[in-house]
Amino acid sequence: MAIDASGIKKVAHLARLSIDDNAVEATTATIGSILELVDRMQAVDTQGVEPLAHPLDAIQRLRPDIVTEENQREQLQSCAPAVEEGLFLVPRVIE
Amino acid sequence: MQWETVIGLEIHVQLATKTKIFSGASTAFGAAPNTQACAVDLGLPGILPVVNEEAINMAIKFGLGIDAEINKVNVFERKNYFYPDLPKGYQTTQLEKPIVGAGHVDITLTDGSTKRIRVHHAHLEEDAGKSLHEDFHGMSGIDLNRAGTPLIEIVTEPDIRNAEEAVAFAKKLHSIVTTLGICDGEMSQGSMRFDVNVSVRPKGQKELGTRTETKNLNSFKFMEAAIFKEVERQIELIEDGGTVIQETRLYNGDTGEARSMRSKEEANDYRYFPCPDLLPVIIDDSRLEKLKAEMPEMPDAKKARFITDFGLSDYDAEILSADQATAHYFEATVSVSDDAKLSANWIMGDLSKSLNQNGMSIPESPVSADMLGGLIKRIKDNTISGKIAKEVFEVLWQGECSTADEVIEKKGLKQVTDTGAIEAMIDEVLASNAQQVENYRAAPEDKRGKMIGFFVGQCMKASKGKANPGMVNQILKQKLDG
Amino acid sequence: MYDKTIAEQSRALASGEISSVELTQSYLDRIKQYDGDINSFITVTEELALKQAKAADALRTAGNANAMTGIPVAHKDLFCTEGVKTSCGSKMLDNFIAPYESTVTGKFKDAGAVMLGKTNMDEFAMGSSNENSHYGPVKNPWDKSAIPGGSSGGSAAAVSALLAAGATGTDTGGSIRQPASHCGITGLKPTYGRVSRYGMVAYASSLDQAGPMTRSAEDAAIMLNTMAGFDTRDSTCLNHEVPDYTASLNDSLEGLTIGLPKEYFTAGLDSEVEQQIRNAIAEYEKLGAKVKEVSLPNAELCIPAYYVIAPAEASSNLSRFDGVRFGYRCEDPKDLMDLYIRSRSEGFGEEVKRRIIVGTYALSAGYYDAYYRKAQQIRRLIRDDFLNAFKECDVIMGPNAPTSAFDLGSMSNDPVAMYLSDIYTLSVNLAGLPGLSVPAGMANNRPVGLQIIGQHFDEARLLNIGHCFQQATDWHQKSPALV
Repeated sequence: MAIDASGIKKVAHLARLSIDDNAVEATTATIGSILELVDRMQAVDTQGVEPLAHPLDAIQRLRPDIVTEENQREQLQSCAPAVEEGLFLVPRVIE
Repeated sequence: MQWETVIGLEIHVQLATKTKIFSGASTAFGAAPNTQACAVDLGLPGILPVVNEEAINMAIKFGLGIDAEINKVNVFERKNYFYPDLPKGYQTTQLEKPIVGAGHVDITLTDGSTKRIRVHHAHLEEDAGKSLHEDFHGMSGIDLNRAGTPLIEIVTEPDIRNAEEAVAFAKKLHSIVTTLGICDGEMSQGSMRFDVNVSVRPKGQKELGTRTETKNLNSFKFMEAAIFKEVERQIELIEDGGTVIQETRLYNGDTGEARSMRSKEEANDYRYFPCPDLLPVIIDDSRLEKLKAEMPEMPDAKKARFITDFGLSDYDAEILSADQATAHYFEATVSVSDDAKLSANWIMGDLSKSLNQNGMSIPESPVSADMLGGLIKRIKDNTISGKIAKEVFEVLWQGECSTADEVIEKKGLKQVTDTGAIEAMIDEVLASNAQQVENYRAAPEDKRGKMIGFFVGQCMKASKGKANPGMVNQILKQKLDG
Repeated sequence: MYDKTIAEQSRALASGEISSVELTQSYLDRIKQYDGDINSFITVTEELALKQAKAADALRTAGNANAMTGIPVAHKDLFCTEGVKTSCGSKMLDNFIAPYESTVTGKFKDAGAVMLGKTNMDEFAMGSSNENSHYGPVKNPWDKSAIPGGSSGGSAAAVSALLAAGATGTDTGGSIRQPASHCGITGLKPTYGRVSRYGMVAYASSLDQAGPMTRSAEDAAIMLNTMAGFDTRDSTCLNHEVPDYTASLNDSLEGLTIGLPKEYFTAGLDSEVEQQIRNAIAEYEKLGAKVKEVSLPNAELCIPAYYVIAPAEASSNLSRFDGVRFGYRCEDPKDLMDLYIRSRSEGFGEEVKRRIIVGTYALSAGYYDAYYRKAQQIRRLIRDDFLNAFKECDVIMGPNAPTSAFDLGSMSNDPVAMYLSDIYTLSVNLAGLPGLSVPAGMANNRPVGLQIIGQHFDEARLLNIGHCFQQATDWHQKSPALV
C-alpha cells in the first residue's frame, strides 16, 4: 500500500506533526520503504486468527472505589509550561 | 408538505463513583481547579490506568435497569484526537464491545399513551476536562478536575419523533439513573448531558434525512427548545430549496441561539484501537447475580405497584413514581394518612405548588411526609374540612408548628360536627335571610339545588369554615324543604 | 571494587571491607574520568548518590540491609525519578523533572540501592543503536567506533565500562538483550507483566518490559529480586509469585533440552557470530544439556508485525506530549494548532516522528484491518509458534543480533536496514516471553551474546542456565580496556 507525499502530510497532520517542504520527498520515500517492509504481512493468510492484544491472556483487575490521590496540584504543575490560578494555559480554545 | 421529525439521543451520564474511572482521585464537584487531577488524570509520562470496580458495577446496574444484555467481555479502546481538555491525546472508551447491549425504555406521553424507545447500547468512558474561556491574556485555562470522571454514554435508536417524546425519554432516564443511585442527576452540574441527533423527512418517506447533532444540552428545557429550533431550521432550509448538511451544532441556552461549530478540522479519524494499558474486563455470573440482588424497584415497577396497591390513576402513578424522592415521600405520606388518593392529590397539588413557588425540591420541603400524612388523616376523619386543611398546610409550611394536630388545637380549627350547634347556626342564618328563604321555597325544584349554595356559604361563613359542610348541607335541606 | 560483581560488592559491604560511600565515590570518579567520551549518562546525580550511599551505610550498620543496599546502580532515563530529570533521551522532556517515582526505581530506593544517575538511550526507546538520542550517541566501550546497541545503550555501556555495578533497562523489541550482547554484559528481559511498568515512559505498552543489565546472571538475579512483583498501579502487571531468583542459580542442567530454531541459523547470520553461538551451545552440551532443532515458522514475520504494533501504540502513547501540561512548548504559539504542531515537531527527533507517522497511518480509517489487526493476528501466530516449540524443548537458544555491534553512523540513514537487524529479538516481546543475553565470545573483535528464551515466568530457569554457563566460561568477566 504505497503512500504519496500528500498522504504523508495528511497523516502527519493527524499526529500534529509538520514536515518541512524540503523534507517531504525524503520522508515519503522512507515511510514508503517502511510500509513496504510491513506489507510483507499481507502475504500471510490470517483468516480466522483471533488478534492477540496481550501475550498472556490475562484479565483486568478492578480497583476499589476509594480516594487514594489527594491534591498534589503544586507538585504536578511544577513542570508545566504555563499555569495561572491553578489552570494550565493554552492559546485560546475556539469551539 | 407534511414533515416527520426523527430524533436519536446520546446521553452522557456521570456515574456517582467516589473516584475517577482510572485513578484514585476524587470526583466531587466544585473543587478548586486541578486539585482533583492526579498524575493519572493529567496523563503524565509513565502513568497507567486501573479500572474502578464501582464504575463497572454501576454500568451493569444501568443495563439491568433497562432490560439490556450485559456484555461479559469488555474491552476499552482509545479514541485518539488532540484537544486541550483531553490530557492523554486519547479518550479511553468502548467501541466494539460496550458493556451494555440493546435495551429499552418505555415512556408515557401526556395523552396517556406509552411508547417504547430502544436503546442501541451504552458504553463506559472517561469524561474530559474543561476549557475555561475567561480571558487569561488571550489564553484559555484548562481545568482537569473532571477528566477521568466515569461516564456511561447511552445511545438510543432513532425512535423519537418529537420534542415531547425526547423530553419524556430524558426525564425517564433521569428517573432510572437516580433510582439506581448511579448518578446524582444534578443536571446543572453537568451530571447528565444530552446530544440530540435530529433529521426531518417528508411524511411517509422511508429513508432518513441528513441529521445534525446538537451537543451538550444540560437541561430538559434547553433540549426541548433546541429540538424545536433545529426542526424548524431544517424544514425551512429544505422548503427554501436548500439541503441540510451533517454537522455538529451548539445551542446556547441563555440566548436561545444555535450555531454550527466552526470546526475547520479535517473529517475526524479517531484511530480507535484496543487500549494496550488495560486488559479485558470480564463480568462473571457471580457479579451479575450480586448486582441483580441489589437492584432497587425500578420506576416502571413502582408505577405498576402504585396503580394496583393504591388504586392511583395511570397519570398520578407516573408522576409519583418518576423520581426516587417523590416516590419515597408519597409512600411515607400514605403510611401515615392511610389515604393514597388524597395523599397523591396533596403532593401533586398544594405541596408541588409551594415547592415550585419557592424553587425547592421534595427533600427540601419544610412539610415532611409525616406532617402531610398527619394533616390528611384529619381531613379523612372529618376533624377539619379540605378548606381548613389548606390553612393548616400553610401554617406547617411556615414552620410555626410541627404537626397538623398542633395547628388545629392552637388555632381552634376543629370542625363543628355537633348537630345541635349546627342547627342553631342554621336557624339564625335562615331567620336573618327571610326574603331568600321565601324565594327559595317559591322556586321550582330544579332551581333549588343552585340556590341552596347561598345558604351553605352563609353558614360556613358564620362558623368560620369550621362547620362540617356535609352536615350543613343536609340539615339545611331538611329545614328549607320542610 | 568497581570491577567486582554486585554479588561480590554486596559481600564486601556486608563484611565492612568497603563502605557504600567509598564504592559510590569510585564509580563517580570513573564516570568523570571516562564518560565524557562514552556518553552513557544523561544525568549524573552525584550529590544524591552520596547521600543515598551514606544512608545505605547507616542501614547496614543498623542491620537492615539486603543484597542491593548500598550498591551503586544507574537507571535508564525513561524511569520517572522524583525530583530528577527524566528526559527519555528527548528534547521533548529535556526540562521534565519527574514529579513522581516509578515503581521500579522506587523499589531500588526502598532497598537502599544508590542511584548514580540516569543513562542515555534512544529517544523514547526507539532505536537499536543509541544514535537517536537528543544527548548524542553512546559509544561502545569495547570499540568507540561501534554503536553500543539500543535502546538501553547507555545502561549497557555504563555497566560494560564499569561505570555502574548494574543498571536498569527496558526492552520493547530487544532493547535490553541487544545492547547487552553488543557490550558484553548480561541482560534480562522478563516475562511481560513480571515487572511493573508504572512510571516507565511508555513506548509500546503491550511490549515494554523493564529488566536488569549486569555483569553476571547472578547479579541479574539479585536485581530482579528487587524489581519483580505485582503492582496495583499497573493493570498489566501480573500477580504471580516471585521466587528468590538467586536460590536456583546452581541447579543442574542435566537433562535440559535446548531448542535451536532452524529459522535463526540462516544466511542472514554473520558466520563469526554463528560460530560463537555454536561454541556456547557446545558448552551447554558439556554441562549435560541436549540440543534439538525446533521450528518457529513465522519467525520472520516478527519484523512487520512489530513495526506496526509498536509504532501504532507509540503514536497514541506519545500524543500526551502536546506542550500543554509538561515538557517542551514551542516559543510564542500563534494558536492552539500551532502550539501542538510546533511543540511536537520541534520536540521530537526524526525516528520518533517517523514511527508516530507509521503508527498513525496503520491505525487510520481504512487501514486498521490491513495493518493493526493483521499484525495482532500474526502476533498470535508467533506466540503460538513458541508455545508449540516449548512442547519439545525447555528453552530456545540463538543469537541476539545478526552481527556484532556495527559501526556508528553506518545505518543511521537506513531505518529499514536497522529494523531488519532486530530479527532475533522482536518475537520474544510479541510473545511476552522472558529472554536472557549472556556474553558468549567475540566476533569481529566485538562482543557477542547468546540469547536464551524461556517460557512465561521462567526467569529463574533462564538465570540458572546463564549462571551455569558463566561458571564454566569467563566471557562475562572480560571488560573493555578504557583509555
